[in-house]
Amino acid sequence: MKKFILDLQITHKVQLNKQNVLLKLTSKDLLPEILPGQFAEIRVDKSPTTFLRRPISINFVDIAQNELWLLVQIVGEGTKRMAEMNPGDLLNAIIPLGNTFTIPTDKNAKVVLIGGGVGVAPLYMFGEKLNRMGYKCVFLLGARSQSDLLLLNEFEKIGEVYTTTEDGSHGEKGYVTQHSLLYNPDFNYIYTCGPTPMMKAVASYAAKNEIFCEVSLENMMGCGIGACLCCVTDTTEGNLCVCTEGPVFNINKLKWQI
Amino acid sequence: MANLTTKLGRLQMKNPVMTASGTFGYGTEYSDFMDLSRIGGIIVKGTTLRERQGNQYPRMAETASGMLNAVGLQNKGVNYFIEHIYPTIKDLDTNVIVNVSGSEIDDYVKTAEIINELDKIPGIELNISCPNVKEGGMAFGVSCAAAAKVVSAVRKVYDKELIVKLSPNVTDIAEIAKAVEDAGADSISLINTLLGMAINSKTRKPMLSTITGGLSGPAVKPIALRMVWQVTHAVKVPVVGLGGIMNATDAIEFMLAGATAIQVGTANFIDPAISEKIVEGINDYLDTNNFSSVTEIIGALEI
Repeated sequence: MKKFILDLQITHKVQLNKQNVLLKLTSKDLLPEILPGQFAEIRVDKSPTTFLRRPISINFVDIAQNELWLLVQIVGEGTKRMAEMNPGDLLNAIIPLGNTFTIPTDKNAKVVLIGGGVGVAPLYMFGEKLNRMGYKCVFLLGARSQSDLLLLNEFEKIGEVYTTTEDGSHGEKGYVTQHSLLYNPDFNYIYTCGPTPMMKAVASYAAKNEIFCEVSLENMMGCGIGACLCCVTDTTEGNLCVCTEGPVFNINKLKWQI
Repeated sequence: MANLTTKLGRLQMKNPVMTASGTFGYGTEYSDFMDLSRIGGIIVKGTTLRERQGNQYPRMAETASGMLNAVGLQNKGVNYFIEHIYPTIKDLDTNVIVNVSGSEIDDYVKTAEIINELDKIPGIELNISCPNVKEGGMAFGVSCAAAAKVVSAVRKVYDKELIVKLSPNVTDIAEIAKAVEDAGADSISLINTLLGMAINSKTRKPMLSTITGGLSGPAVKPIALRMVWQVTHAVKVPVVGLGGIMNATDAIEFMLAGATAIQVGTANFIDPAISEKIVEGINDYLDTNNFSSVTEIIGALEI
C-alpha cells in the first residue's frame, strides 16, 4: 500500500479519562485506504525531548466524515504533548503503516477480540469491520479499573462486550484470561492487543486450546517503514521488523515462551 | 539554478547529498515519499559476508536531540543481497553504494571482491566504525595499524570508489584518516555514531539490550563538524561529512568545513523526504549567495 506523509487537522478531542484522549483528525484530501491493525507514525513537535515520531494505532476511520481516530494514552513526553493538542491543531502523520488482521474464512466462526488498556484501539476498527461483514464478535476488555475501560459504548454497538477490572469495579474481578467467558474454550479465532504480559497469557491460552490467535505488538520504533531495523521481534524467520512484517503476528510465528 | 554536480573521488554525483547507511534501508523503502533519482547517492544498509541476526530488542532509545541504536548489522548477507536486492535497486538513477562490514579482514575482503563484480554498484563504503558488534567493526577503526591493514587488504581486490567510514570514538581522528588515506582509500566518510548509553531510572535497567549503543542525531553535530574540519585539513582525499544533519543549513555547514559531499542519516526517520528537500535547500542557498557551483562552498569557511 502506498504510504503518505500528511498534515492532519484535529477536529474533535474527547478526554476519556486522565490518561487517555481520543483525537479525531481530518485531512484536506481524501484519506487513503487504511486497514484495521495499521498504525500512524506521528510527528509530535520539534522539541528536542520528542525527537522521533510516535507509532500510534489507528482506532477507526470514519470514511463518511473523512476522519481518522487515534486513541492516545499518555505514557511519556510525546504522547503527553499529543494529548495537550486541541481542535484546529495540525499533526503530521505517515499513514498507513504495517499489516492487518486476518479475516476468518468461516462467517459462522466464533470470534473473540481481547483488549487491555489502550490496546483496545485497533480491535475497535477490526471489530467494526467484522461486524459490518456479518461476523458475530465478542469483545473481552480488561483494565485496571472502571475508568480505564475505553470506548465501552462504542464497542457495545458492534458486539457482545465482557469486561474484567483488576479492582472489580466493572465486570469480573481479575485479568482477562481469568474471565469465565474463556472457561469453555470454544472460540475459533482470538485477536488480542494490550500489555505484553496480557498478550502472552492470551497467546498461551490459545496455544493450549489450539485456537487461531493473532497479536498486535507495540515495540519501540525508529522509522516505522522498515529502514532502521530497531523494532524487531524474534520469530521463526529470525528478527523481523514489527513495523513492516507486523504489527499483527500469528502466535505460531513468534518465539514467545508460552 | 546553480550547478550542483560534484565529484567524490571516482564518483560523478548529480549533487552532494547522499543518505547514510542504516537509515535508508535499500532506498526502495523511501520511494513512496520522494524521487530517489533526485539525490546524489544512497549508501545501503551494512552488508556482511554471512547473514547476521543483529542484537536483541530493545535496540533503540530516544535521547535529547538524538537517538541511540544497537542494531548490530542485521542483514541477510552479501549473497542474498546480490540475488534479491541488487536486481531491485540496480537501475535506480543515482549512485548506489554498498556499506561493507565484517568481523575479520578476510570477511571484508571477500565481500568487497563479490561486490566488485556488480556493474551498477560504483563504490563501497568500508565500515570500520560500527560500535554495535562484538567482533570487528569499530575495532578496526580505532587504531591506525588495524585501519590501514583492512583498507589495504580491500584495496587489493576492489578497484572502484573505496570510501572508508571512520569512527569518532578515537583520540585523534586525523591520524586514523591519514592511515586509511595512505592505505589506499579514495575518500573518507565521517562520523559513524558516538558510543553512548541510556538508563531507565524507574526500572534501573539500561535502555538497550547491549547496554551501550551508537548516538546519532543533532546531538552529535558539533562533534561531527569539528572532526570533518580536522580530517579535511589532514588528508588530500575528499571527505563525506555526516552526523546530525537535519536540513540544508546543516549540510552547508559541513561543506563549508571541508566536506565534498554529505550524508543524511537519522533525519530520514523523522521526515522520509528530507534528503530531497536538502538538495533543494542547498540550491536555494547557492542562488541566494551568488555561487554558481556547489564546489565553491567546499572548505569555504572564513577564519
